[in-house]
Amino acid sequence: MSNPQITIYRLQACPFCERAVRKLQEYDLSYTSRFVEPLHSQRNVVKRESGVRTVPVIIDEATGVTMAESANIVEYLDRTYGEQASEPHTEATATVAEERS
Amino acid sequence: MELDFDVIELDEPDHPEVGETAPDFERPLVTDEYWEDTTLSALTETGPVALVFHPMNGAFPATYIWNELRDRGFDEYDIHVVGLSISTPYEHKNLLRERELTETEIRLFSDPANEIAEQYGIVNDLDGMAGITEPRPATFVIDTDRTIQYAWAATEHPEFPDYDEFEAAVEEIQ
Repeated sequence: MSNPQITIYRLQACPFCERAVRKLQEYDLSYTSRFVEPLHSQRNVVKRESGVRTVPVIIDEATGVTMAESANIVEYLDRTYGEQASEPHTEATATVAEERS
Repeated sequence: MELDFDVIELDEPDHPEVGETAPDFERPLVTDEYWEDTTLSALTETGPVALVFHPMNGAFPATYIWNELRDRGFDEYDIHVVGLSISTPYEHKNLLRERELTETEIRLFSDPANEIAEQYGIVNDLDGMAGITEPRPATFVIDTDRTIQYAWAATEHPEFPDYDEFEAAVEEIQ
């Protein structure tokens, strides 16, 4: 996978965020960390980017996917960058569209 | 003039001078909304930089320096205005709010280990705070080649930047 542009919004010491980060590391994906604050009210940037105030949220420039919820993120990363990844981009985009509906 | 309080003389600073390349570094850069590891060179690639080293957040010089830069409208210049202190990202977010900088593009680097001040030759050892050092107040204007166009560092404690000189250097580089 050639230099994916992934941004992850995360909270320090948040186990859900660590789970997503571990998965990024597992697939050797390069990512940028943006740390936000514990108070949801101070997470306007996450809300603007993703529609929710929870973290983690990842933004994958390579596929155009923005995704919240660590379980979804892990599944997305497995599907897109894991060994079974096949035609990942189309599939991933379709999934996100579904989740947003 | 004889004053009845002591201004402490600091050792001569040993900072990079005008015409030299500003040492590059990477630290969390804090906005009102998040922080992200950022290099000085990433900033200079997109425009000149006004770099302001200041005492830890909460100390009155930090408050006065940012009030002054805000009131002078430094943010309106076409230049990255960034601060740097040993305070944590959480404290920087508070400073941005308390100094009413959240509507500006001003951002703050966090360097609790004080290594950047070390790199820039402007360390201030704090008497009575064991284990804590911080940058002395210092201001640099750095162009897009990362060449220093203006440099000032405090030689006594406390001492404030020469705001007129600093602003003139910022005006000139645009």
